[in-house]
Amino acid sequence: MIEAVGLTKSYGKTLAVDNLSFSVPTGRVTGFLGPNGAGKSTTMRMILGLDTPTGGSALIDGKRYRDLHQPLRTVGALLDAKWVHPNRSARAHLQWLARSNKLPAKRVDEVLEIVGLTAVAGKRAGGFSLGMSQRLGIAAALLGDPQVLLFDEPVNGLDPEGILWIRKFMHRLAEEGRTVFVSSHLLSEMALTAQELVVIGRGKLISQSSTEDFVAQATENTVLVRGPQLGHLRTALGQAGASVRDEGAGLVVSGMDCADIGELAARTQTVLHELSPQRGSLEEAFMQLTGDSVEYHTEIADAPTPATLVPAGK
Amino acid sequence: MSVLNAERIKLLSTRSPWWCALLAIALPVGLTALIASQAQIQPGDAGNGVYITQMLSSLGRAVVLVMAALSITSEYRFGTIRSTFQVVPHRATALLAKTAVTAIPAMLIGAAVGFGSWAVFQAINSFPELALDTAQDWRAVAGQVLVFGITAVLALGVGMLIRQTAGAVAVLLVYALLVEGLIGLIPKIGDDIQHWLPFFAADRFLGLQDDIPQLRDLPLGPWGYLAYFAAVAAAVLAAGILSAQRRDA
Repeated sequence: MIEAVGLTKSYGKTLAVDNLSFSVPTGRVTGFLGPNGAGKSTTMRMILGLDTPTGGSALIDGKRYRDLHQPLRTVGALLDAKWVHPNRSARAHLQWLARSNKLPAKRVDEVLEIVGLTAVAGKRAGGFSLGMSQRLGIAAALLGDPQVLLFDEPVNGLDPEGILWIRKFMHRLAEEGRTVFVSSHLLSEMALTAQELVVIGRGKLISQSSTEDFVAQATENTVLVRGPQLGHLRTALGQAGASVRDEGAGLVVSGMDCADIGELAARTQTVLHELSPQRGSLEEAFMQLTGDSVEYHTEIADAPTPATLVPAGK
Repeated sequence: MSVLNAERIKLLSTRSPWWCALLAIALPVGLTALIASQAQIQPGDAGNGVYITQMLSSLGRAVVLVMAALSITSEYRFGTIRSTFQVVPHRATALLAKTAVTAIPAMLIGAAVGFGSWAVFQAINSFPELALDTAQDWRAVAGQVLVFGITAVLALGVGMLIRQTAGAVAVLLVYALLVEGLIGLIPKIGDDIQHWLPFFAADRFLGLQDDIPQLRDLPLGPWGYLAYFAAVAAAVLAAGILSAQRRDA
């Protein structure tokens, strides 16, 4: 169980994390979702005691990370797969980590086996592909057989096979009764991986709920109706209790499915050119929810002409 | 102990410390051999005693400065410092273990430089004054062990404060090789300042160039100067550890 209470981090005038409170339940995969720059990594670093919060606190099973004795036995984390000395072998990297927390040397070979790196254990970590580095990072997180696991964007830049492997792996860890907290900026990925979602934008909590609820709430199913004369149908739809809004020459109906609308159209003798269900995408829903909180907006609509395309500078 | 062992694995599992150690020993010992082979020493000149064999030890010291600073700045460079603080959240413990694990090899390098330079000089150009007879003679040669160890501690402290390899190495080398020597050129007060600079203090402990007249009236004796050098290094290390505790990793 991870608990954040009023967690705040500011860099000068910039608030990276703003009074963030949430809890990560035991035995489930909890997704930590937010656009790039929302403060996910900063929050994870604060949970691990690497960054000091400006305010509030993060507790793991009721303790601050810095008060944990041999923390690898309680919390495993993969924040950045590149945090490895490139000239050190994968095995040596795991060996020093294991030794620092008095973990048995054979545990190193066990975790290498679990992530499938046994064959390259003696190779320089600097020569690893991103997928291999991620596996090495996961091996490091598993060293102490911890009950709590944190992963920051573990599928970033991985190929589909790697993504699938990590997704299954997270589920396995949660099935073993562990607390898994995994961040991502991709809702579609989280919808498949996580059972619970903590959604943040600009450092603020947007929602905490089960993934199912979040997706159902966020994606509203509608039907697009087009035709030359929709006046009668519109009235009938309104009487039948559906809500209708105009979109271009057509209508967007919610609260009624295609079959019912079709029958209603027949009854009102309306000619239809189109009757199609619209499924809101997860990405759209996510954009809607976090739309106001994306830090670096890209204004596609009024893109500058090439002549004015100069670096804006941050 | 487990933290010390973890640091030992870190140190020995990459190759650069070995190259640094080799360079730190080969550079001063090799050049001392060259000097020994060319020096024409008249019987009366040899009042210098054994420290004539230690004149180039500062080259080895410069390499140790780089090696020690790298041991911490490379952790910042590759992000492994975060793994380090993640597995050992008590940062002072982690950093003190690193200091010990860096200072001990530095002391071994110091021994190799001190005795190596002396032996190679002795072998090539032997004369009676080179024998290790007095306490002063022993201090000049064996004293390198302490000087190199303290040098490593000082460099680690600077590395913790600056965090970046290029910056830390530049500061350390420019300071050790240029600044200390040039400060003496400041009229009137230059000498007085110089008498309190750390590497000047280290050289006074070893007794290098004690025959120069300007170096007769000094505020401290050899052991006093060693204690002073150690105190400066300890203060810089303490500042480095405090800074690491306060700042985000």
